[in-house]
Amino acid sequence: MSVPEELKYTKSHEWVRMEDDVATVGITEHAQDELGDVVFVELPETGSSFEAGEAFGTVESVKAVSDLNAPVEGEVVEVNSTLEDSPEKINEAPYGDGWILKLRVSGEADLLSADEYEKFLQEESS
Amino acid sequence: MASERLLRTPLYEEHKALGAKLVDFAGYEMPVQYEGIKAEHEAVRTRAGLFDVSHMGEAVFRGPESEKAVQRLVTRDVSRLEAGQAGYCAVCYEDGGTVDDVIVYKRPEDFLIVINASNREKDLEHFQRNIEDLDVEVADESDAWALLALQGPEAESILRQFTDEDLSAIKPFRFVEGEAGAPAIISRTGYTGEDGFELYLKSDDAPEAWRMLIEAGATPAGLGARDTLRLEAGMCLYGNELDPETTPLEAGISFAVHLDKDEEFIGQEALRAEREEGLRKKLVGFEVEGRGIARHGYPVMADGEEVGEVTSGTQSPTLNKAIGLALVAPGVEDTFEVEIRGRSVEARTVSLPFYKRES
Repeated sequence: MSVPEELKYTKSHEWVRMEDDVATVGITEHAQDELGDVVFVELPETGSSFEAGEAFGTVESVKAVSDLNAPVEGEVVEVNSTLEDSPEKINEAPYGDGWILKLRVSGEADLLSADEYEKFLQEESS
Repeated sequence: MASERLLRTPLYEEHKALGAKLVDFAGYEMPVQYEGIKAEHEAVRTRAGLFDVSHMGEAVFRGPESEKAVQRLVTRDVSRLEAGQAGYCAVCYEDGGTVDDVIVYKRPEDFLIVINASNREKDLEHFQRNIEDLDVEVADESDAWALLALQGPEAESILRQFTDEDLSAIKPFRFVEGEAGAPAIISRTGYTGEDGFELYLKSDDAPEAWRMLIEAGATPAGLGARDTLRLEAGMCLYGNELDPETTPLEAGISFAVHLDKDEEFIGQEALRAEREEGLRKKLVGFEVEGRGIARHGYPVMADGEEVGEVTSGTQSPTLNKAIGLALVAPGVEDTFEVEIRGRSVEARTVSLPFYKRES
């Protein structure tokens, strides 16, 4: 499972790419693999705000519904609306075209490094 | 639960080797998917898929009063079955609630009843308790049998390579006891809405048959695709559409209930009364009109009142729409709302099945 070095991660399997004060958020390769074929994504409105750990939307596969959690506190500045018609992008390119939203970060974040996330995945599967 | 050791089918090693995602289903470690539910679903609709459903239970009724026993236990008039014929039916409690939905195979000397894995203990207990006065033996042969389901338009041409039986002569809900690489019951039945066969094999013979059918072109398919396929075909799943609080009439399988049968079956009186007085609830198929996917257990609302519950729902891979089944109050027609995690979403009833193959 790919875990890009330059990204940060959560224990609920989101990834975060920080650029200045904007965090791009998606779900990890492992998360999309666990879910299976993604068929529906529910996204928040731009302008809405979330606490770190708060659910901002859902992603559904054929079988399961899973909450999406904000990795950091912030305000939604952009959502990937192409996912509404092409949710399969989350399976195809979880770290690329399958990104979910961008948050303007307004708080401290307690995120995992790539190494820490990989270790967490190993612990979870053992 | 986690500490409880899961049961495995004779094909467990095959699933591992194919990289299946395994989940706990009715106490068995079962493949939910291999490559992906959508791809497996499509393979069954357009070519052929192969399912391991060896977790299903098999109860065999032997003895002079075996027919009498089965007549008492199931809703179908099994005296009308010929040897070599199978029938889908329900098993009911006295009050008409459903114990299980099963397939009865009438063989020359006995009856084989295929039951849901999750109901195995309950069913066997129900069977034994209600036929104590009859001269019949009920054997739980669940562990002796493996069950493979080969489903899809190419099922017959694939299976033909491994058997001398005239498969075209086996009509729907008919079966033969013959050879398919190994001794097998070859049954033209399934749970996908496609043409296909179910093969009952001895557990030891199953892995080779499995590999052989895959080599001949069948795509391994998991329980995930089995569920989306059966839902598109409008078929009931015990625990969703059917349960002790729901009668087979309410769940829309009255075709499997012979209320006029001479020999009384358990629940017959209650079902007759319900037929006469009107159903307390009914199963409907629906499509979600707004955005979202309805799931098992979501409330169905009409004019601000809760009028039912979604029993099954998914994104249909064939129709590319969110579809579902719901048990609703008798008055509910045409449109209603499904409450999807706090949001009311429009839904419209449609006739079942959602998908019917061209014949």
